[in-house]
Amino acid sequence: MSALTRTPPASSDSTLATDPSNDEVIIGLEIHCQLDTGTKLFCGCSTDYRDDGPNTHVCPICLGLPGTLPKVNKKAVEYALKVAKALNCEILEESEFARKNYFYPDLNKGYQITQYDRPLAVRGYLDIEGEEGGKRVRITRVHMEEDPGRLVHKGGTDRPKYTLVDYNRAGIPLIEIVTEPDLRSPKEARRFLNKLRATLEYLGVYDSEKEGSLRVDANISIQPKGWFECEGKGKEDRGRAEIKNISSYKGVEKALTFEITRQKNAIRRGQKLECATRHFVETRGVTTASRSKEMEQEYRYFPEPDLRPLKVRSWADEIILPELPDARKVRFIKEYGFSPTHAATVTGDWRVAEFYDNLPKDLATVAATATWVADTLLGELNYRDMTISDVPQGHFIELVTLIRKDTITDKSGVEVLRSLLDQLKESGSCEKPSVCVKRLNLAKTGGEGLDGVISEVLAEQPQAVSDYASGKSEAFNFLIGQVMRKTRGRVDPGELNRVMRETLDSMRT
Amino acid sequence: MASKVCRFDPEDKYNAFLSTIEKAPFESTGKLAGIPVAIKDNISTKGIMTTCGSKILEGYVPPFDAFVVELLKREGAAIVGKTNMDEFGMGTTTENSAFGPTLNPCDTGRVPGGSSGGSAAAVAGGMVPMALGTDTGGSIRCPSAFCGIVGLKPTYGRISRYGLIAYANSLEQIGPMARNVTDVSTLMEVLCACDPRDSTTYDRPFCHAPEVNIRGTRIGVPEEFFGKGVDPKVASVVWDGISLLERLGAEIVTCRMPSMSHALAAYYVTCTSEASSNLARFDGVRYGPTSDTKKQWHESFQEHRRDLFGKEVRRRIMLGTFALSSGYYGKYYAKAQAARQNVKADFARLFRDVDVLAGPTMPTVAFKLGEKSDPLSMYLSDILTVPANLAGVPAISVPCGKAEGMPVGLQIMGRHFEDEKVVDVAYAFEQGVSA
Repeated sequence: MSALTRTPPASSDSTLATDPSNDEVIIGLEIHCQLDTGTKLFCGCSTDYRDDGPNTHVCPICLGLPGTLPKVNKKAVEYALKVAKALNCEILEESEFARKNYFYPDLNKGYQITQYDRPLAVRGYLDIEGEEGGKRVRITRVHMEEDPGRLVHKGGTDRPKYTLVDYNRAGIPLIEIVTEPDLRSPKEARRFLNKLRATLEYLGVYDSEKEGSLRVDANISIQPKGWFECEGKGKEDRGRAEIKNISSYKGVEKALTFEITRQKNAIRRGQKLECATRHFVETRGVTTASRSKEMEQEYRYFPEPDLRPLKVRSWADEIILPELPDARKVRFIKEYGFSPTHAATVTGDWRVAEFYDNLPKDLATVAATATWVADTLLGELNYRDMTISDVPQGHFIELVTLIRKDTITDKSGVEVLRSLLDQLKESGSCEKPSVCVKRLNLAKTGGEGLDGVISEVLAEQPQAVSDYASGKSEAFNFLIGQVMRKTRGRVDPGELNRVMRETLDSMRT
Repeated sequence: MASKVCRFDPEDKYNAFLSTIEKAPFESTGKLAGIPVAIKDNISTKGIMTTCGSKILEGYVPPFDAFVVELLKREGAAIVGKTNMDEFGMGTTTENSAFGPTLNPCDTGRVPGGSSGGSAAAVAGGMVPMALGTDTGGSIRCPSAFCGIVGLKPTYGRISRYGLIAYANSLEQIGPMARNVTDVSTLMEVLCACDPRDSTTYDRPFCHAPEVNIRGTRIGVPEEFFGKGVDPKVASVVWDGISLLERLGAEIVTCRMPSMSHALAAYYVTCTSEASSNLARFDGVRYGPTSDTKKQWHESFQEHRRDLFGKEVRRRIMLGTFALSSGYYGKYYAKAQAARQNVKADFARLFRDVDVLAGPTMPTVAFKLGEKSDPLSMYLSDILTVPANLAGVPAISVPCGKAEGMPVGLQIMGRHFEDEKVVDVAYAFEQGVSA
C-alpha cells in the first residue's frame, strides 16, 4: 500500500553528510499474513489448497465470474480484530472495504477488495526486546484484504515460455499490518517479526508453517542520527528503498542487511539514492532494482459498493483474547521457576510454549526441563533445521523421565536425543528412548558396575594412585577421566567422585 | 392475471431477444406456473448465453442462475429468452447493443427506450406477458414509458443482485416489467426474498395485493419535474394524470426538489466510476472470447478490450477512470457522493410531508431511431429517473396516455421499502384510467 506511506520531505541539492558513524538505519515494515480460516474471505471455498492441483479450490465468486457478489467471512473479520486488539490498536467504529483497481492476470476481478481510508484499526503498538533493551514499535494500521491468484511461469522466471494462472489462492484472507518506521536494525526487524509471529500464533489465527503464508515489504533508509525525530521540513532525505515481497522471516533480515551495505556504499560515494522499489532475490541474498515503477501506480481506490460497512468496534468489544507471549512468559517464571532468559526463549515461539505447557506438570516444574527445552532441544532442532512440531511429545517425556529417574545421565540424554532427531529427520519416525538407551548401551553404570570399572582403572594406573596418595590432586581428576572414558559418560559425575574418593581413601588406610 | 399456459411466440419482429428457448421447461404449480418470462441479458442464466449486449461476452454461458431466476423457476415460470439491451446497460435507447437495436412495437421507426428495451418490446409486442429488467438510472422505467407498459424499480436492497452482471452496483436493481400493475405486483411477490449472498439486501418480503383506494394519500409534485427540457405535450398529459389521481381522492401538493440540479452529474460520475471498476474483469483470461495469448499481457488485454467493448462503454470506462484518479477523486467522485447525499436528504424531507411523489417518467416520448447521436443529449433525458436511483427509493412508471401518438409514462416514487404504496397508487391510477 505504497499510496498511504508517508512521503519524504523534498530534498535540497546540498552536500550530504558523510560521517557514517553519525548515521542511523530507519526501517518500517508492511506485513501480509494469511489468516488461517477454513474458508476464503468472500466465498465458501476451502483455504487448504497447498497439496491440490491448480484451480481446484475455486467457485464462481473467487473466479470473479460476472454477476457474483462477495460475502464477508465473519471468522476472518473476527481473526483480524483479534490481531488488532492484541496489537493494542484503536478499533474504528465502522470499517469499510474498498476496491484497489489494477490489471493483472492473477487478479480475478480486475480489482482487489482491500481496505483504504477506513481500515479495521489504527495506532497500536507491539513491545519487543530491542537492541538497547525494551522497545515499543508503533503500528500504523491493521486491515484485511483478499489474496490474488498465483502466476506459474513455465520455462524459467526470466524468460518464461508461457504463463499459467492458478486461482486457488485467490480470495484467501490476508491481514496487512503496517508499522511506523521505528525499527533501527535488521536484527530488530527480525525480533519484531518473531514477536508478531508468536502473537498471531498465540491468537490461533495464523500458521507460520504454511508455505507462502507471510509476505513482507520493507522500507529502509539510512539517515543522519536524529533525522527521523527532526521535524524541520527542509531536512534532507537521502532517499529510501522499498523491498517488495520478502517471503520468509530469515529473508527479511538478509534483505535489510544487504540493502544497508548497498545504501552505505552509495552514500560513501556521494550518490543520491532514489526512492526506489527493489526486489529481494532469496536464492542470491541480494536486492535488485525493480523494473516496474510500482510506486507511481494509480489504484483508483473507492468504497466497495457490494459490501456494507462493518461495525467493528462493538464487535471487537465482545472478543476475549487468549494468553499472549508476555503474559505466558511471566506465568512460566512464576509457575515453573524459569529463568527470564529461558522463559523468553520458550514463550517466544507458540509451538514451543505449547509443547512445554503440555508436558506433565511434575516434569514441567523441574527447572532442568526448562534448560532441556530452551537450550538443548531447540539447539539440536535448529542444527537440523527441524521444528518443535517434529518432536513426538511422548518420546520427549520418556526421555526426560529416564534422566529424572537416574537411568541415564544428562550427557547420555543428549546422545539419545541426537540419535532420535537424526532418525526423525531421516525417516519421519524414531525408536522409543528406552530402546535407544539399550541399543547404545547408555544405561547408567552405577553400584557394583561402577565399583568394577574403578578397580579396573586403579589396577591399570598404579602411578596415578601413588601420586594421589602423595597429595597430587591432579591425579584424582586424571583417574576420574579414565573412568569416564571407559564408561563413555554413562556414570553420574557426582556418584563417581564420591565412590572414587572413598575407594582411594580406603586404599590409603 | 397473465395466462397460465406457456404460450411464447418466438417470431421476433422487434429484435427484442438475443436468445430464445423454444421449449422452455416450466412447472405446473407456483405463482407463475407456465407463464413465459423474458429475462434481460445482463441477468445470469445457467446454461443460457448471457452477453449484456456486448461482444466481450459473446458465447459466455454462466454456470449458475441469478437468484431472481432461481425464484422465477421455483414459482413455475418458463424462462423463454434473453432480451436485448444497451451494452452493459449503458444507454437510453437500446441502440447501443452490439447485436443491433430493438424497435419500439408502438412505432417501429422509434427506439423502445433503454437500457431494458428488449424486455419492454417483448412485453409491449405481446411476445411475453412479463419480463425482468434492470434499472440503474431509469433503465426499467424509461422503456416502460416509451412502450406503454408498467415497470417498477424496487427499493435498493429489496431484490437480490446476485447474478446481475454489474454496471453500477450502488444504483441498480432488478425489477418487474409487465402489461399491468397486477402482474408487476405478482412478480414483486416472487422476487422479493432474502438472499444471504447479496450483502446489500434486506429481508423485506412483498406480501401485498394492489389496493385501489388511495383516498387521503398525499402526492407531492416537484416543480423541477416539469422544468426545462420537458416536452410541454408530455407535461400536459402527465398533469391530466395527476388530476385523475386527485379525482380518485388523493391530495396533490406541489413542492421543490432543489438537489435535482446536481442529480444528473452525480449520477453519471457515480455510475461511470463504478463501471470502470466492474468492467475491469473482462480481460479475456477466464471467460468469453479469449484474448491473444501469444502477445504480452498488457498488449493482449488492451487490444481485447479495445476491440470488443462498444464506443459508449469505452467512453464511460474512461470517464469513470478519470473521475477516480488521484487528484480528481475529490473533485468528482467525492463531490458526486455529496450531491447524492443532498438528493437523499431532499427525498427524506419531502417524504415527511407526502406519501409519494409524482411526475413524468421521461421528458419526451420515444426518440426516433438514430435521433440521439450526441451522447450528452441522451444523458440529459435521464434527468427525471436518476433521482430515485441516487436515493434508492422505489419508482414505478405506469402508462398515462399519449402524446404525438406515442405512450407517455407517469412516474410515482415512494419511501424506502414502501414499494407496496407505489404499486397501490399505480394500480388505482390504472383502474381509474380504464374506468
